[in-house]
Amino acid sequence: MIVNEKQQGIDRIISLLFWFVPLLITAIFIWILGDIVRGGIGQLNWAFLTTAPIDTGRQGGIAPILVSTLLILGVCLVVSLPIGIGTAILLAEFTSNSNWFGRLVRRSLDVLAGVPSIVFGLFGNAFFSKTLGLGFSILSGGLTLACMVLPILIRSTEAGLSAVPIEYRLSSASLGISRTSTLWHLLLPAATPGLLVGLVLGIGRAIAETAALIFTSGYVDRMPTSLLDSGRSLSIHIFDLSMNVTGGDANAYGSALVLILILLLINAIAAWLASKYNRSL
Amino acid sequence: MVLILGFLLREALPILQSVGIKAFLTDKTWSPSQQSYNLVPMIWGTLFTATGAVLLATPLGIISALFCQYYAPKAIASGYRRLIELLAGIPSVVYGFWGLVVLVPLINQLHPPGTSLLAGILILTLMILPTIALVADATFAEVPQAYLLGAAAMGLSSWGTIWQIILPASKSGLFTGMILEIGRAIGETMAVLMVCGNVVQTPDSIFAPVRTLTANIALEMAYALDNHRSALFVSGLLLLSVIILLAIAAELVKWDRV
Repeated sequence: MIVNEKQQGIDRIISLLFWFVPLLITAIFIWILGDIVRGGIGQLNWAFLTTAPIDTGRQGGIAPILVSTLLILGVCLVVSLPIGIGTAILLAEFTSNSNWFGRLVRRSLDVLAGVPSIVFGLFGNAFFSKTLGLGFSILSGGLTLACMVLPILIRSTEAGLSAVPIEYRLSSASLGISRTSTLWHLLLPAATPGLLVGLVLGIGRAIAETAALIFTSGYVDRMPTSLLDSGRSLSIHIFDLSMNVTGGDANAYGSALVLILILLLINAIAAWLASKYNRSL
Repeated sequence: MVLILGFLLREALPILQSVGIKAFLTDKTWSPSQQSYNLVPMIWGTLFTATGAVLLATPLGIISALFCQYYAPKAIASGYRRLIELLAGIPSVVYGFWGLVVLVPLINQLHPPGTSLLAGILILTLMILPTIALVADATFAEVPQAYLLGAAAMGLSSWGTIWQIILPASKSGLFTGMILEIGRAIGETMAVLMVCGNVVQTPDSIFAPVRTLTANIALEMAYALDNHRSALFVSGLLLLSVIILLAIAAELVKWDRV
């Protein structure tokens, strides 16, 4: 035996450590989740979801906040989906890897994906709220989020398109089908799963976002009447309740639980889509 | 991208012209109402919280990844991987909220006032751990099977294999993971804002409250006007430049590998 006793001793200690760290992290995870569920489950009922907040959120529910969140998300998707898919098609089908333009766009997208959300918030405030005169509104919040989500959306759609086998394109060309209809009838359907995964990830990121929204979509917790109204998203509601409203903790727990449930659902959908996608390949 | 940089520059320019870059480093304090724009305490705040969190999260993340790849039975490994992914999906406000109602009171018992550099570091560690763990996991999965077989054939202990074969082989992937992780730590706003106490000062102990660059923007943007507003855009610009530099660094690491 080359492995002597001292080495075996070290090995054993290291193994213990390697089991201990994941256990610790799992414990913390359960601690966080358990705490939110324990604190929030008492708040969670139908009335909480369907009534307006009373007394700056100490009492009452989160109905207008849910509506604002959905509207912001809707604006974000309506804007980012066409731009995102268009750019991805351009990158994957019409520019090669060595093309300088394609490379430049890809690099900037990677950098954009890493830009802190607060910087997106600053930009959204300067561009959408001030320069375009949209003010603090659901529209400027949604547009800011669209900028944030675009990199994820484009990259995963592009990955989906590149995964389509080259034979599809060749045989379609040999049948004399035009490039556009190849794209429309063959490539896009084949790339749909990748697109969906990107979409779901993007929605997840958008719903969780707070910093970019504080000074673009605003704080107002009324029921929004139009897209130009200021509306408060779920994540801002949690932030506000726990930081600025004393005695708002109970409802903050409730809102946090709602937010986590939505995210878990989105996560499950993403995992399900990804596994379906992998099987079909 | 160009649009964003352009607008940040445009909004930041008035103050850069009227006060000059030096003012941000040499003014006495951060009190924009008195024309005094010292960003240094906030830069230290960002630096300390980010460094602390990266130092804690990197070993934990790498150990988690090694655990998934080499130690855990398959079922546990995939379960644990899902858990890390979920951890990555928890929104930062929820981390911040949890830190505020659970962690801060705990630290307060240890050493008041609770909202502190330490709380910020711990919360950030939790938030960036999934990043490094997932990247490291993917990197370890790419270490050629032949290396492992060779190591086993030479009778290396499992720790010896990890230390001398696997870690060196996946060095560049781990660096990329670290760079991503640093970027997230610097850019994080809400969680840090909620647990750090937000006092503008260069922290003198781990229990002292700090304010980071990002928290400063989020706190004051709502009422900032004119030069004050521009000063906040300057800090945004600073953050953006750091992120771009990190991206270039990541590119160099990748390039080095090829």
